[in-house]
Amino acid sequence: MGKLGILLVIVLGAIAIAQLVRVYEYTLKLKKTSEHDINERDNNLNAWLMLLFMIFQFGGFIYLMLAYGWTGRGPSASLEGDETDWLLNLNFVIIIAVFFLTNFLLFYFAFKYVRKPGVRATYYPHNNKLEMIWTVVPACVLAVIIILGLRSWNKLTSPAGDGAVVIELYSKQFDWTARYAGQDNVLGKYDYKLTTANNELGILTTKTIKDAIDEKEKKIKAIDLELASDTVLADSVIEAREFTLSHNERILRSLYQLEQNHKSELDKNAEDDIIVKGTLVLCVGQEYEFNFRSMDVIHSAYFPHFRAQINTVPGMTTRTKFTPKTTTAEMRKIKNDPKFKYILMCNKICGKAHYKMKMDIEVLSKKDFEVWYTSKSKETFKLKYGATPAEESKDPAKEAGGTSGGDAPVNVPADAAMSMKKEDEINNEVK
Amino acid sequence: MGFNAHDSQNQGHAHHEEHHHEENFVSKYIFSQDHKMIGKQFLMTAVFMGLIAMMLSIFFRIQLAWPGEESPLLNTFLGDQWAPKGILDQNMYLGLVTIHGTIMVFFLLTGGLSGTFSNILIPLQLGARDMASGFLNMLSFWFFFVSSVLMLISLFVETGPAMAGWTVYPPLSALPKAVPGSGLGMTLWLFSMAIFIAGSLIGSLNYIVTVLNLRTKGMTMMRMPLTIWAFFVTAVLGVLSFPVLLSAALLLIMDRMAGTSFFLSDIIVGDEMLSNHGGSPILFQHLFWFLGHPEVYIVLLPALGLSSEIIATNSRKPIFGYKAMVASILAIGFLSFIVWGHHMFITGMNPFLGSVFVFTTLLIAIPSAVKVFNYITTLWKGSLVFTPAMLFAIGLVSTFITGGVTGIILADSALDIAIHDTYFVVAHFHIVMGMSAVLGMFAGVYHWFPKMYGRMMNTRLGYVHFWITIIGAYGVFFPMHFVGLAGAPRRYYDYSVYKEFDNSSLEMMLDLNVVITFFAIFAALGQAIFLFNFFYSIFRGPKAPQNPWKSNTLEWTAPVEHIHGNWPGELPTVHRWPYDYSKPGYEEDFVPQTVPLKEGEEGH
Repeated sequence: MGKLGILLVIVLGAIAIAQLVRVYEYTLKLKKTSEHDINERDNNLNAWLMLLFMIFQFGGFIYLMLAYGWTGRGPSASLEGDETDWLLNLNFVIIIAVFFLTNFLLFYFAFKYVRKPGVRATYYPHNNKLEMIWTVVPACVLAVIIILGLRSWNKLTSPAGDGAVVIELYSKQFDWTARYAGQDNVLGKYDYKLTTANNELGILTTKTIKDAIDEKEKKIKAIDLELASDTVLADSVIEAREFTLSHNERILRSLYQLEQNHKSELDKNAEDDIIVKGTLVLCVGQEYEFNFRSMDVIHSAYFPHFRAQINTVPGMTTRTKFTPKTTTAEMRKIKNDPKFKYILMCNKICGKAHYKMKMDIEVLSKKDFEVWYTSKSKETFKLKYGATPAEESKDPAKEAGGTSGGDAPVNVPADAAMSMKKEDEINNEVK
Repeated sequence: MGFNAHDSQNQGHAHHEEHHHEENFVSKYIFSQDHKMIGKQFLMTAVFMGLIAMMLSIFFRIQLAWPGEESPLLNTFLGDQWAPKGILDQNMYLGLVTIHGTIMVFFLLTGGLSGTFSNILIPLQLGARDMASGFLNMLSFWFFFVSSVLMLISLFVETGPAMAGWTVYPPLSALPKAVPGSGLGMTLWLFSMAIFIAGSLIGSLNYIVTVLNLRTKGMTMMRMPLTIWAFFVTAVLGVLSFPVLLSAALLLIMDRMAGTSFFLSDIIVGDEMLSNHGGSPILFQHLFWFLGHPEVYIVLLPALGLSSEIIATNSRKPIFGYKAMVASILAIGFLSFIVWGHHMFITGMNPFLGSVFVFTTLLIAIPSAVKVFNYITTLWKGSLVFTPAMLFAIGLVSTFITGGVTGIILADSALDIAIHDTYFVVAHFHIVMGMSAVLGMFAGVYHWFPKMYGRMMNTRLGYVHFWITIIGAYGVFFPMHFVGLAGAPRRYYDYSVYKEFDNSSLEMMLDLNVVITFFAIFAALGQAIFLFNFFYSIFRGPKAPQNPWKSNTLEWTAPVEHIHGNWPGELPTVHRWPYDYSKPGYEEDFVPQTVPLKEGEEGH
């Protein structure tokens, strides 16, 4: 009933306005005025409204600037971000000046030059000198903006220095995983085809290749069995299975090649990598070179407080760098917010939970960071995943290893299995 | 009905006597080949689509302002599947955002500005009987109509409309498993856009040929009104850039349906490991934005052209710097092809490439600034008449300034890093497109309504409509700058997540989101006044006089009652440029283009 009532009100309202307009038109006819002859009163009213609107526009802008101009990201938390903020402020000064000047002239002229009886407009069709001035002056200002901007851009996008610590951030629907490069500061290589429940990041070692091959072979076998069995399958199911089969066979062929070409000396780069979920922990004053990968769709690594951002793209590695300069504890004091945390947010539309795809970031003092890092340093990939076959015989406890589960490694694989399941649920939810 | 160049010079013939074809309802209103009718068809369709897209935005603005709260309005319109218990579904949120953007950019702004005004004004302002090809013109509308229908249908499919943003980047838009709308919804989107592009191309070719070949005697290129220059350059932009979007769409269709790997490489989605290798998602972005950037100028240039005309007429002064205005339109048109990478600074493409785009993008600010200064100087020492159209045209200049200056910040790649994909960008493009271009469209409708329908719209209602719209729209988009500077990403369903790490930002974002939503509802309701005025006046508006705005251009010399062939008898001959307003030596404050020069008078 309520909806019907609202509909009724709208219809009656429209009819009421129609009647009012008819009345208005009859009065116009009586006055012998017309819609295209704008009378002095209406004209002057609008002229005044132009002026008033300008005051509203300027006032509103100033109010918003004062109330919200400095809320939000707070001061820059990285060394590189300091320069970004300086450049941003300079640019804002320029554009705000232009905004006020040109809007002022526009609305002031609109107010001042309203038609006055007996006053004719001035026939002023062009002035080339003026055109030159207001082409050259903006060009000069823009030249300054370009030069300063590109200088910063070059600095921000150039590779990190030699002392930079490398960290990889792996993005997927809908979370982030960090991979520290370990003692050698070299990230282990990867290949997406090696991704299994236990090897969420597709890291490349002799063992991971072997396990990936095993799993693929088992999967193909299972599909073959299903297709060869006596159970009657629907045509669409058969088609789907054969499709999956051909894709998996193709991937398996690639994996065999990968196995052939793999150099086992590369394993140690991967084996000392440390995979961390939940919180990205950084050391203040340390320059970081971040590498980014994506499992499924384009995401974006957005570090608002550090003024850094870069898309993560499936099929390639992207990179950026920054040096945190304020610890979390210090920033909490500055922002007067004891619960504040730095954050890594996804900033490229990636699906249903795009808005909550984030990872906490904690910046610790050098001392605290060392404590944290030491506590994590034992949780290397080698430990969690299992060593390559050559060493396995020395470590009987790890014989089971890999996919069969056995000694279920603590952090990564269990989460990986869980999160993979969750994605299935998310994607199937609509059905 | 093939008009050729010969006909336009055929002054001796009363041309329309050659075809006494009987018109029925279908041939007059539905399958019309008359540019005046086709222009109105575009307008009606575009306005309808715009209303739908505006409604969609109200839906997701309700979610943004009051996350987690039940809204009976949402449940009424979206049902239990997409708004269970009145709370918007997260996937549908993305779908609404996607379709809102798609409809607004392509269907409302491109169709409604180019389609409507190019059609109505090009032949009339050039002194031509009709477009070069009436048949192709008719096709261009029907393609537009069919693509609109397809796009609307995509809203109602079970797995939802396309959900990857109006930019539909793969892999998200290629993989139904990544988001449900990338199934049938995305397929419909792609087919709708392919048909839209075809229609747009046909239309643009028509406009170009008409401008080049069918100008009447005396109408040199430099005597054309700025509206025509704008429509002409817009059409050229369209012809050169839309095919690239079509290619991107075709490659995406193939990735989705034919197992190719143009945009896909090394992907595991959900539990499925795809075997695609070697494709690049960045390639799609290059192809998309190669259209995407000229597209926004395709949207804006017609609005600027319309405003030049309206401001000059209602200032009773020539548009200042006609030649500079033409040069600016050409410069903007040319430069618009070499700036597309500024949408891609942080995609992971080579930073050097980024530098090149910074340079070209900041260059394009120069002709834009020149245009603004010329508009302002046109007002200076004028004798201003505030028709609703004039108000909207001035509003266009104001918002063009406001939106344009934030573009300078975004063009600077070093700064873009920190604000890309935040609400700062949303504020920028809405102010230039959602305000500037839309205000231009309204200005055009109010100003040329008498020419389109032979009746006048109600001026008072026009005033109310303008002030509600400009106050409301500024109220929506200004606060967004601050939300964006605070770091709020786009296309986020719910900003309550800030609770977990930054309370001051949370409060500011929730507060401003409520303010924005209120202004959005206020502005949306204000459009009802326009709709009422528009439709009422079509049927019951007072009859229009021959030249209500005392304008110089040729369309006002054609009879108020529409006839095929536009002018009875001979086509008008042009002797001067269209901006002789308040010219010394004339008693009237306007001199139409058809008035011959006096002895000793200098033409401009």
